[in-house]
Amino acid sequence: MRRETLDKLLKARAARRALVLVTRLDGGGEEIFAPGGGGTGHPHSGEITACLRTGRGKIAETGAGEIFVQPFLPAPRLMIVGATHIAQVLVRLAREVAIEPFVIDPRTAFATPERFGDAAIVPKWPGEALAKLGLDARCALVCLAHVPDIDDEALSVALESDCFYLGALGSKRSHEKRVGRLKERGFGEEECRVIHAPVGLDIGSVTPNEIALSIVAEVVSALRAGDQADGAS
Amino acid sequence: MSAALLTARAWLDEGRKVVLATVVETWGSSPVPVGGHLVIDDKGDFSGSVSGGCVEAEVIARAQDIIASGKPELLEFGVDNETAWGVGLACGGRIRVFAEKLE
Repeated sequence: MRRETLDKLLKARAARRALVLVTRLDGGGEEIFAPGGGGTGHPHSGEITACLRTGRGKIAETGAGEIFVQPFLPAPRLMIVGATHIAQVLVRLAREVAIEPFVIDPRTAFATPERFGDAAIVPKWPGEALAKLGLDARCALVCLAHVPDIDDEALSVALESDCFYLGALGSKRSHEKRVGRLKERGFGEEECRVIHAPVGLDIGSVTPNEIALSIVAEVVSALRAGDQADGAS
Repeated sequence: MSAALLTARAWLDEGRKVVLATVVETWGSSPVPVGGHLVIDDKGDFSGSVSGGCVEAEVIARAQDIIASGKPELLEFGVDNETAWGVGLACGGRIRVFAEKLE
């Protein structure tokens, strides 16, 4: 691989732009394609488009030997709304599975570097914080504040975004109340069904650490379900 | 995966010679998915992985030849491959790894 190619891949990743790398496995070099540009008309545009959808690389046969078509997608992110005890653990677990955490909480007593170390903390209201950070298809969002004003504002933004996972802490009962409030904000019952609540995989979590584990497991599950939607092996 | 690429760039900036190994195909059980990266330098330092540890040593050894020749290689490891038993991919999987020098 040329240094120039490596630099382009890393630059795109930093800018949260997807790229596809096509490598000739006979050692004949590589090419980079950006979605929506350059790739159309290419003899392998089908494979290029498919790998962007599945998030998985694949070998393709060509008349002139094999090529490896590999997507480089932006790193998945987890927006954690509510700088709570669960959030502190979630930041660590998310990083372990290469998901980049961001902690959002307007309560400056909660969102402190003392509690979150070098994690990215945004001590703002969710509306302002999410407008700044952006919520794309490689983002998950989980509400942990348990303060309706904070959580509802975040959910209202997330429900209108492309994020791949949306979860909110709380019992079935408190979630029913939350859906009621979201309806008052103009969302339909059907729209609200995408919210995972009670949040996290059902592993019988009791402690904040266990709840964080169940949440990160559910986020990974949603991320990988998206990756495999194309039925790739 | 990108962590290995960041390491590769850092090593290149330090003047080290670097090989990038990428998992390009897997069959059966394999702990590192397609697209997984291992980077190796000319001293044999490495970062990332292409398997659960079964074939890394062989890839690291081959990387030294690739650094010397500058020619990429497509390596295959699996249970039906004599050398693979030698390096121990006995977990039942088979993988192909493309190893190339970063220039």
